[in-house]
Amino acid sequence: MSVEDVKELARTIRAHTLRMVHKAKASHVGTCLSMADLLAALYGRILKVNPLAPHWPERDRFILSKGHGAAIVYAALAERGFFPKEWLETYCEDGSHLCGHIMHSGVPGVEASTGSLGHGLSIGCGMALAGKRAHEETRVFVMLSDGELDEGSVWEAALFAPHHHLDNLTVIVDYNKIQSFGSVQNVLGLEPLADKWRAFGWAVREINGHDYDEIIDALSHLPFERDKPTAIIAHTIKGKGVSFMEGELAWHYKSPNDEQLAEALNGLGEDV
Amino acid sequence: MRTAFIESLCELAAEDERVWLLSGDLGYSVLERFIQKFPDRFVNVGVAEQNMMGIAAGLAMSGNIVFTYSIANFPVMRCLEQIRNDICYHNLNVKIVAVGGGLAYGPAGYTHHALEDLAVMRAMPGMIVLAPGDPVEARLATRAIAEHEGPCYLRLGKAGEPVVHYTQPQFRIGEAISLRDGRDVTLISTGGMLKRSLDAADALAARGFEARVLSMHTVKPLDVKALAEAANATRLLAVIEEHGEVGGLADAVARCLAERAIKCAFTAFTISAERDLVGSQSYLLERAGLSTEKIAARIEEMLAKLG
Repeated sequence: MSVEDVKELARTIRAHTLRMVHKAKASHVGTCLSMADLLAALYGRILKVNPLAPHWPERDRFILSKGHGAAIVYAALAERGFFPKEWLETYCEDGSHLCGHIMHSGVPGVEASTGSLGHGLSIGCGMALAGKRAHEETRVFVMLSDGELDEGSVWEAALFAPHHHLDNLTVIVDYNKIQSFGSVQNVLGLEPLADKWRAFGWAVREINGHDYDEIIDALSHLPFERDKPTAIIAHTIKGKGVSFMEGELAWHYKSPNDEQLAEALNGLGEDV
Repeated sequence: MRTAFIESLCELAAEDERVWLLSGDLGYSVLERFIQKFPDRFVNVGVAEQNMMGIAAGLAMSGNIVFTYSIANFPVMRCLEQIRNDICYHNLNVKIVAVGGGLAYGPAGYTHHALEDLAVMRAMPGMIVLAPGDPVEARLATRAIAEHEGPCYLRLGKAGEPVVHYTQPQFRIGEAISLRDGRDVTLISTGGMLKRSLDAADALAARGFEARVLSMHTVKPLDVKALAEAANATRLLAVIEEHGEVGGLADAVARCLAERAIKCAFTAFTISAERDLVGSQSYLLERAGLSTEKIAARIEEMLAKLG
């Protein structure tokens, strides 16, 4: 997929997400939008996955550890053909496959159910270890939020992966600087974040998580160092792509009303 | 029991290359034989139970049968959410093994007493909960959980538990093993209380009472048939478990009897923790009323009241 097509995919999954959270009156739109460009690059260009054979053993694994960003991952999976796009209209509805925190059951392409923070990286370590020991080419990608890094379990896994030379494992931190109840800086500071991962033994690169060249360049050069797991600290903007949501804590909770949806879609160049 | 476990696990690993073992930095002088034979399928994850369970989930999602090994409460409570979300939500082939169930770590203190593990594990969806009664059962239970598809919890004693079974019993998950017949009372034992229950049956025999003894090695799913038969055949059912008062085998049995309107007198021998009491396993059990003599005396009293 060309860079232009990746951009278009990002625009499309942003629009899906806005419609989904609007219809469902659901939260977490800001956290979805901050990782839209990263997800578009992963699903459009990087991940070796096959929608016709979602359990293909040699596939790359993607784990959304920040499970509350489910809506936009569902959108990306639907766009890639893992399931019908009509499913997206049922997000959070009674009897739907698609719940607010990502669920594997009945949803092709979802590797692991998450929602409580701090679980995904350990699961990813297990998958990466299985791949290494079986001498498979499988790569594992885990998307973490910044607030999630408050969880001690993340750092247990962060110790484990370099010790076992899991260079088939890549962490992406969606560093949008806003967590549940305030700015990361004010709630529980993470800086110097890249140095922390480096000190734990990871090969680290900081990128602009909305710059397609930087995203694709980083994800195309994995692992950064042989025998080391990779950590990509992606500097992002919560709510990115919808001007009135950008950098606003409230959009961790609020769902757009009809007017706000129209304005947001308009801004994305979508037909309302 | 832990020796029986690791010997059985080594046999299983030799038969099936999907069998892995993870340890939370415990198992000195126990796990070495596995590590030497199967180094590529062993990982000491360090003192990090949450990570251990998540890694176990990831390995199991990749098609493996993963045993996790630790002691007392450590592989149960510190990582309970990982067990619930990562293992049970995904119905994975992870087998959680806890050595030192109940008061086995006696003088080590309350932090090392596993008195709520059966309750907590029973509450986990899809979880099979086993507490074998002696090394023979421990060996058979290890094989049974490896062959079972889905999450399992195996509570073991430590080392040196007496062998109770002198012939190999039929061992199936969810089927109690009957060790002794009698018409007055059924002693329903789980885990390491089996020998004590048999001794209590002897003590009761000396007082003229016949006690049945059931090894209820599977706490979940419960052997309802064996309970109904016992309620029919004896006047009193007595659960004997090295576990707190809430949520263990006794609660499971009581609910089973009530739901099915099975009429039978019922009592339970459980541990009311004196959290600051220091002493050996047998001392702590005695203080909790679970010595052979105290069990026999209380049952005699109840049978006398029942008439």
